[in-house]
Amino acid sequence: MRGLVVCWVLIGGLGFFIFPWYVTGDGFFSINWILEYSLEDYGSALPQVFINKKYWLLPLFIPLFFPLITLRLNQSSQLYSKIFLYSGLVGFFYFFLQGFSIGIRGWNFEIFQSIFGDVENQFGVGSGAVLTCCTFIFYITHGLASRGWLNGDNFIVGSIGSIIILVSTFVFFPIFRMFAVAFKGTEGGYEISNFSSKIFNKGIWGLDCLYSDYACGVFWNTVTMGTLTAFSSTVLGLAFALLIARTSFKFKKTIRILSVLPIITPPFVIGLAIIILFGRTGAVSTFLEWAFNIEPSRWIYGLPGIWFAQTLAFTPIAFLVLIGVVESVSPSMEEASQTLRASKWQVFKTVTLPLMRPGIANAFLLGFIESLADFGNPLVLGAEYDVLSTEIFFAIVGAQYDETRAAILAMVLLAVILVIFYLQNQWLGKKSYISISGKGDSGVHPEIPKTTKWIIYSTVLPWALMTFIIYIMIMFGGFVEMWGIDHSFTLRHYIEAFSIDWVKDRGILWTGTAWNSFNVTFMIAIISAVPTAAIGILTAYLLTRHKFRGKNAFEFGTMLSFAIPGSVIGVSYVFAFNVPPLEMTGTGIILVIAFVFRNMPVGVRAGIASMNQLDPHLDEASSTLNASSSQTFRNIILPLLKPAITASLVFSFVRAMTAISAVIFLVSANYDLATSYILGRLENNDYGLAIVYSSVLIVVMLITILIMQLLIGQRKLGRRDQNAAILQGNLG
Amino acid sequence: MKKAEVKFVNITKKFNETVAVDNVSCSFEAGTLTTLLGPSGCGKTTSLRIIAGLERATEGKILIDNEDVTILPATDRDVSMVFQSYALFPHMSVIENVSYGLKMIKEKKEEYTEKSIETLKLVNLEGYENRMPSELSGGQQQRVAVARAIVLKPKVLLFDEPLSNLDAKLRRQVREDIREIQQKLGVTTIYVTHDQEEALAISDKVIVMNNAVISQQGNPKDLYSNPKNKFVANFIGDANVMNAKIDNKEGDSYKISLAEMKVNISTNENLSENIPVAIRPEKIKINKNKIENCIYSKVTNASFVGSNYQYIVSSKIGKIYIVSNDMENVYSVNDEVFLSFDDKEVKILNN
Repeated sequence: MRGLVVCWVLIGGLGFFIFPWYVTGDGFFSINWILEYSLEDYGSALPQVFINKKYWLLPLFIPLFFPLITLRLNQSSQLYSKIFLYSGLVGFFYFFLQGFSIGIRGWNFEIFQSIFGDVENQFGVGSGAVLTCCTFIFYITHGLASRGWLNGDNFIVGSIGSIIILVSTFVFFPIFRMFAVAFKGTEGGYEISNFSSKIFNKGIWGLDCLYSDYACGVFWNTVTMGTLTAFSSTVLGLAFALLIARTSFKFKKTIRILSVLPIITPPFVIGLAIIILFGRTGAVSTFLEWAFNIEPSRWIYGLPGIWFAQTLAFTPIAFLVLIGVVESVSPSMEEASQTLRASKWQVFKTVTLPLMRPGIANAFLLGFIESLADFGNPLVLGAEYDVLSTEIFFAIVGAQYDETRAAILAMVLLAVILVIFYLQNQWLGKKSYISISGKGDSGVHPEIPKTTKWIIYSTVLPWALMTFIIYIMIMFGGFVEMWGIDHSFTLRHYIEAFSIDWVKDRGILWTGTAWNSFNVTFMIAIISAVPTAAIGILTAYLLTRHKFRGKNAFEFGTMLSFAIPGSVIGVSYVFAFNVPPLEMTGTGIILVIAFVFRNMPVGVRAGIASMNQLDPHLDEASSTLNASSSQTFRNIILPLLKPAITASLVFSFVRAMTAISAVIFLVSANYDLATSYILGRLENNDYGLAIVYSSVLIVVMLITILIMQLLIGQRKLGRRDQNAAILQGNLG
Repeated sequence: MKKAEVKFVNITKKFNETVAVDNVSCSFEAGTLTTLLGPSGCGKTTSLRIIAGLERATEGKILIDNEDVTILPATDRDVSMVFQSYALFPHMSVIENVSYGLKMIKEKKEEYTEKSIETLKLVNLEGYENRMPSELSGGQQQRVAVARAIVLKPKVLLFDEPLSNLDAKLRRQVREDIREIQQKLGVTTIYVTHDQEEALAISDKVIVMNNAVISQQGNPKDLYSNPKNKFVANFIGDANVMNAKIDNKEGDSYKISLAEMKVNISTNENLSENIPVAIRPEKIKINKNKIENCIYSKVTNASFVGSNYQYIVSSKIGKIYIVSNDMENVYSVNDEVFLSFDDKEVKILNN
């Protein structure tokens, strides 16, 4: 234990005496400061105090090194834990306070200016400051652990503490900043009148479209879009699910693959495909003009196009929810109904459908949420039809640049989605009819009635065909000059995007225009996958295996970011991390962090699902065999959770490769991402390049997923794989 | 192997509002096998987990070898446990499972391998070192779990219903093995079960728990023949519990009546008017013909179970359950029979 304390004091010492206290132009992880050290530029806290006159850093010295006196104390004494707890708290809050009160132009609050007079300015925190802060957090958790919290387990208390700090910093703090921005007045300071005039605004709530030619408010547009999409994707998802689970259709496997494909599809692909099919010069439109003399129009731009694209995009998600529901209806109930003289149609209507009703409602709400959070399709196909997620973007990047408006729109979107999530939890959580029991259920599901079957065939098959065509077009569309106009074969787009030159003396030159964003995207997706999985699994372990006060709040905090739409995260990150103390916009770090905290909830869910299938006696056995909780976590939990870890790695990788809504706010010239590059091409009507890039992304993602699965391997549980089935984690 | 006494001093364990263990004090003598016996939910497993350090007592103290370990986590206690589900690590081979604990205390590889192989020999699993747990039968898995626990030479060895996942035939064999290993090592062992036969068969001492408190404790024979209360009488060996009426008292001896039968008993306790008494079903004799001082009854149920006949008869004081080894005189439903037993078989229970 003394070793641990000394180790952390050393880390804090490194942060205070050696590492640069402030972030430098070279970036957080840059090691330039070692190579060209200078006290002014790369000074740690101490030189900053004496050379750059940042006197307010000096007091940090005391709480940082005061705990060294405990080396002479009995570890079980009250005093020992108190020294750590209070040193940590004092240090952390002083750190926090100075960081927020002194900014890039000196004092952030005039009141301090008048009391203390002028101060030097300071920049965002650098590696030294972060190390020091980590030591304070260790002091707090160590103090709590030695007071007997969670059986005095340092690893557990430390993990909980770290996750709380991380989630507060990267989820709650940005949202809080966003609220603050919403109340900002026109000339600095905060005022309510500006806020109220912007929130009670015709542009948001107006219903003009009902009685005039003017457009409705963006709120109503959004809700209309959400409802339509949720409805159509649920109906189609149910049809697909019934087709797979309840008919003897021959090509089930193909349909299943087809319906899961869109998950690895970059966000604009479907919109793009729709444009090149149904746009003014689209393949279908030109054919219709040629065959029936129908004038091509721009009907696809606006609500119809968005609805169409979103339905294509979200039907697979509804399918995944509903297949679980359809399969979990116990066949013995349907058999019971049959033995009670019900016909096939009566069984379907009186037993099967009612049992699935909560699942259907769930799929509907999920579709609604996905539609509202969707950014790519409305951006490409929206035209005049404004919805919340894109309006937030235009409010902040467009000519209007109105921070307050962006914040208020984000608040409205967040509120709507949180309400839906709340409904989903409260209303559906208690009303599950899942009828799988522990007993073996050997019954057989009856086939669905004939008419229903034909209805299903006639909806699903054209739709599947449509999806198929879209992917064919994306995979091969890059090889033609221009879809709909000039169908001659060309490699021009590939060469423009991904050409590689070999120049003597200079080696390989990545001359394609897409390489930069591609490499950045790939790197950032890989880098962010690891912490996402790690934090997710650790959180799942804490939530399922340990009891502590405030556990529900902890769970809520870690799951919250799942409910926050990407554009809200993006805009709130801009507000929060543009200024010190956490100055990160324009770096790659902010992209990684955005991905980690957006995708973490899925890691947590996958982790919880698999943890629940691991016998808790395994960890108990390990701890009675002298293993500490961190050893148990490493030796028992992690190896057995490999499937869940693979799932969250793959998932967060794929999400990072295809994300757009959050990161569109955060990309910069140095750190451009694939999706925002594609968006730029689309805006220039350069469809060929966009198609080429999208198809390359799809292929790369497929390959990476396969490699990742091979690398992480399967658990070896013996040749007879009976346990594997029991332990098998839920990949959702 | 080290021998250590385990002591409960006023242990209470609450889960929110539910009291799982209610102010229990008892001791588990060094080097003996003590069983915690009781129906599910009586607090026996919770007590065991408190000893292991997997639960922390809400109140009270627990001493192992006279050392207060109340707040010590499981990792730091010299206690090993065999779990109901065995909890073998499915991703490790047999030898890896057995040597896990030794690895955790940083023993050298040659040493822990040697010790593990030796222990596997002790549980008759030589040659199974490199199998995976999923390749073993239930009984073998169980023995790996035992080996994994004893290889650490713990002060205290705990078993949480170790036989409940085995089939009936194997159970008898495995419980004898456990007893044999315990005797060989002389380790203080605490064993949780809800099966009274199992408890009586292997224990030096049985602690019967009910509703979070100790109902009665003692050696198996004593518990069986002298139950102190209705619960123990019923739970161990299905005794007949009846209400007797006190007719007469002279000093320590009482004359009581059970239906038509008069019985003399003596006790130094002061008895009130009506007292519950217990009689073991195999101690009751069935007579075809009426004899002096007997209970009149009628057979309502008769069943043949192989080694004996079991009857339920109805009498003035209710239904009485009888086990009869008499294969000559067999009775059928509605026969009139007359019951008799020795006075000393009537056990007085606490109210």
